[in-house]
Parts: sequence; structure tokens; C-alpha cells
Amino acid sequence: MNDETTKLSRRDFFKTGTVLAGGVALATASLIPYDGLLFASEAPGAKGKWYGIGIDINKCIGCGKCANACKIENNVPRDPFYFRSWVEQYTIKNDGAILVESPNGGIDGFKQAAPTADIYKSFFVPKMCNHCAKSPCTQVCPVGATFETEEGIVLVDEEYCIGCRYCVQACPYGCRYIHPEKGTVDKCTLCFHRLKKGLQPACFEICPTEARIFGDLNDPHSKINYFLKNHTCMVVKPHLNTGSKLFYNALSPEVR
Amino acid sequence: MEDHIQNLYEVLSKVEGYVYPNEIELNWSILIVLYPYITGLVAGAFILASLERIFKIRILKPTYGIALLTAFSFMLVATMPLVSHLGKPLRAYEIMITPHSSSAMAIFGFVYLWYLMVVLFLEIWFDYRRDMVIWANESTGIKRFLYKALSLWTTDISPKAVALDDKIGYIVTVIGVPSAFLLHGYVGFIFGSIKANPWWSTVLMPVIFLFSAMVSGIALVMLVYIVLSKIRKQLLDMDCLDTIAKYLFYILLIDFALEGLDQIHRIYVAEESFEALHKLVFGKLFYSLFIFQGLIGTIIPILTLGTLQFYKPKPQIRKVIYMILPLLVLMGIFFMRWNVVIGGQLFSKSFYGYTSFKTSMIGLEGYLMAAVWLIIPFLILAFLLWLLPPWKKIETNHD
Repeated sequence: MNDETTKLSRRDFFKTGTVLAGGVALATASLIPYDGLLFASEAPGAKGKWYGIGIDINKCIGCGKCANACKIENNVPRDPFYFRSWVEQYTIKNDGAILVESPNGGIDGFKQAAPTADIYKSFFVPKMCNHCAKSPCTQVCPVGATFETEEGIVLVDEEYCIGCRYCVQACPYGCRYIHPEKGTVDKCTLCFHRLKKGLQPACFEICPTEARIFGDLNDPHSKINYFLKNHTCMVVKPHLNTGSKLFYNALSPEVR
Repeated sequence: MEDHIQNLYEVLSKVEGYVYPNEIELNWSILIVLYPYITGLVAGAFILASLERIFKIRILKPTYGIALLTAFSFMLVATMPLVSHLGKPLRAYEIMITPHSSSAMAIFGFVYLWYLMVVLFLEIWFDYRRDMVIWANESTGIKRFLYKALSLWTTDISPKAVALDDKIGYIVTVIGVPSAFLLHGYVGFIFGSIKANPWWSTVLMPVIFLFSAMVSGIALVMLVYIVLSKIRKQLLDMDCLDTIAKYLFYILLIDFALEGLDQIHRIYVAEESFEALHKLVFGKLFYSLFIFQGLIGTIIPILTLGTLQFYKPKPQIRKVIYMILPLLVLMGIFFMRWNVVIGGQLFSKSFYGYTSFKTSMIGLEGYLMAAVWLIIPFLILAFLLWLLPPWKKIETNHD
């Protein structure tokens, strides 16, 4: 009796096993190979303009004018919890300690974080929306209020946003906040309203050292492409594969 | 609004290290802690009910009806903390009519409706239809009308009709078990899929959420059953309670193992975020993680329930244990949700600093409001138990 049970169950096992193996083989054969490299090297919006941003850390003097201009141009609340654009000061001390600061987003300027003798190096990093090509914030928005324009700019339809804050959680760069009066999410638009008039975004126009560059990544002769070709550029948190289009020159590994 | 800004200035003064300026505000508050907590209770209670129905564990019969009604009561409230947390609550319906297909959250409305309307509602309806017809005949006035309306004015209680009810009810339960898994596994996915947040981003998150859901749901039903029996001055069915305690023990053990695995994996691979998270768990999360969730909510219940598997003290003592343990477990799971939701927002995604959590007693997102959302399901449950008392039902063997 026992033997019979064993035989039966063995047969069942082979039967199920064969079906499963066959199924897996079929499913695998029908998969189209995914070419990661191809996707990474070609912009999804290959026709027309495809905006990218470059920031030269070597040129930033930490004046904070970009952060202030952004607040004025876009009516961002003045309290120090709401920023579309801000500047961080990094101070690496001789003992390896890393100090990061951004008091009021850098609008009021910075103080030296440590005595000069203790400082190994110090630099400023302007931050803003990375306008990612594979933006996690767009992916998670439950109603599609956040979207990417044809030009590769990530925007929010504030008439449509329900204020669930999922995108705020999903942005690895801390670039989103809930507008305290509107109850909807707010973020950098790359001054879309100015771009449409042929003007530069406010933070780019005001930068006294031209540390900020932006332009059409699809145009081989654009300023941004020139910048990318002539500098060793890097995005923040590349391992997250967000398709960030904010490229920094001279980005230190301490910057996160 | 003024209070909110004032609050943020206070939090700003307590920031340790550096956080991105937009991170000073904690975006998901105590209401979002409640959301996975409540849905977990629903999924857990339902799975306990299905053990009786599908797997024919007859010994659990006394808790079947209670478990179903408990699941239903909490399900009715599950979305409320979410909706009231929205910046634009009146636009909540947009998630249903224009869902964004790539968003994990957009599916919530559908999973919820499917579970509430198709699974829970139908199962309860088919389970109670005959009784409602009978109770309608026995009652007068509004109650009579209520039963008639609830049974949709059906009157057929012939054995054939009742057998059909039972068959459909069974099918619904069979569909219901994977649905309960889906509901809560999916809630875990909402957090687990956020790659920006290393405290959340783990493939184990849906599984951990699912097992912790079962733990909390079973504990809740156990507690409701004991309290209800006390109120009704009925003898407790100790065999039933022992069996529930056994299941609670096993599932708690799996839950503990999964969470342990998650933590061991984090410690061993020690990724970029490791130092920041290490400081978080030994700092701001120390009490809620190690003491409330770990020691009181998990280790003590596991040890006690484990001991009960080998050594059975007198029923009197077991009763007391079965009263206290679910409370500990329920508290533990609450803090598990807290540690995930609040803990995941306390550290900066720059890994250079920490913000802090501050909420007030009153207000839409205060502790009192949270307490209200936890009390309302019990009021609904009390009403449902009055309207549809499982102990007055005609005994049916779900075969």
C-alpha cells in the first residue's frame, strides 16, 4: 500500500515537474531581451528638445542667489522648509569628518563650518530637481498628476494632485514638498513658464559665476553637450538608476 | 497652518546633522501608521476565519463569525486615515477614476473595493442570509425592516437555497484567502518599492507585512472573543483558544524569523545607508523597536506561547495569559508599523542627519484623531454583533 502511494506521488511529481519546467522554458523563450545600455544612451524623447542641466561645482561660490531667485520667481513659501532650489556647503575636515549645512537653503549665505586649519577641503553644491528620465516620483503618483513633458521636464498638475505625498517619499533627492497653503505637492519646473518665453530659468539667469548651464541634450552643439564633453560629469546617487539629467562637474563622492 | 509652521520651526531646532531642507517635515504621520495597522487587522482576522471555513478546522468554529465581523468592521474604516491625511481629501476619488497604472498606490482603491465588496461583504451576506430571513420573521418594527432590507427581501430558506448559499460562500472564501494575501502584501509593496528609502526598500517587506498582519488579526479576534464571552457571561471554549494560540505562536515565529532575516541581511551587507540606519535604530527608534516591538510585542509572546505548547497550566491561568498576550502582540505590531512608517522618515536620504517627529494631541492629524479611527471600528463591531449575532445563528457545518 505504501509502495503504491510512493509510486503515485512520484509520478505526480514528474508530471507536475515537467509541466512547470515546460512552462518556464516557454515563458523564457518569449521574453524579449532588455537592452539596458541602449535605453541608457538614448533619450526616450529623441525628437525635439530634451533638456539637461549642468552644474560646475568648481564655479559655485555659495552666494545663494539661485535659491532666493527661485523663491521669488515661483512664489515658494519663505519659511526654511520649502525649497525648489537650495545650496549645500560641504566641509571635509582633516580628520575625515564631513560637515554639511544649508541654513535657510543658503539664501542668507554661509559661515565657515570649522577653523581654517582643520579644513581639508570645502565646496558648495547647488541642489534642485534632477528632472530624471526614469523619475521615481512620476512612477508612483497614483493619479498621474506628476508627469514628464516631451522636453524631459518633470511637472506637477496642481489642479489634479491629491496631496498623498507618495512622490515626496519616492524622490531620492528631497526635491519635493507639500505646499502649506495649497495642500498639493510643489517642485522645480525648470521655470517652464520662462522657458516657453525663450528665457532662462531664474536660478540660471541670476548665477553670477555661470556655474549653472542648461540646454538641449539632443542638440550636439548645445552648451550642455559642450559642458558634458569637456568635464568629468557625474549625477548624484547613480546607483538608483533614476535617469537623472542633472550633471555635476567635480562632484565629490561625499555628496548625497 | 500657523501652528503647522510653528511646529516645523520647533522640529528644525531639533534636527541632528544635516537633512535636506524639504525633509524637516515628516510627510506621513500617525494616520499613515494606522493605515497598514488597520488593514493588517482585517487581513489577519479574515485569514483566521478562512481556516475554519476552507481548511475545516472545526475547533475554531466559535470565532468564525466574530472574525468575519471584526474584519468587516475594520475594513469599513481602513481608508479613513488615508483619505483624511490627503492634502486634497475631496479629490480622493481621482485615484479610482483616473488611476495611474505604474503607481503602486493607485491599485489600492481596487484591491480595497474588491476585498471589501466582493470578498467580505459577499461572504458575510451568504453566511447570514438564511438567518436574516428568519430573524426578519421573528422581529418587529425597524429591526424587521432592517433584516428584510439586508437580506434583499429574499425569503427562500429551503435546504436547496441554503445549500447554494453555503456553496457560494465557500467559493468566495476560497477567492478571499489569496485576496487577503494580496491586500496586505500589497500594502507592504507600497513601502517596499520605494528605492529612495533604504529602510523601506526590501523585497521582504510585503511578506513581513503579510505575516505581521496575520499575527495582529489573530490576536485581535482572540481578544474580541474573550471579551465578548465575558460580557455575555459565556464559558470560554478553551480548546478553541488553545488552537488559536498555537496558530498565533507559529505565525509569530515566522514573522519574527522574517524580520530577523531582514535585519541580519542589512547588517551583513552593510550598504551605504548602514551607518545612518544603525544610529537610527539605536537612537530614535530604540524604545519603539527593541523594547515595544521586539521585547514586549514579540519575544515575550513567543516565549510564553512556546512554553504553552509543551506545558499547559490550569485553564484559569491560561485564560489570563490569553487575555494579556493579544494585547502585547497588538501593541507590538502597532509599533512595528510605527517603526516602518515614522522610522523611515526620521533619517535624511542624504544619510547625514535626522529630523524628529512631533504631532499634537488635537487636530486632524493628532493623537486623538488617531484614537478615534481606532475606536470607531469597535463601535461598528458592537453594532454588527448586535444586528448579526453569530451565536444566534443556526448551526451550519461548512461542508
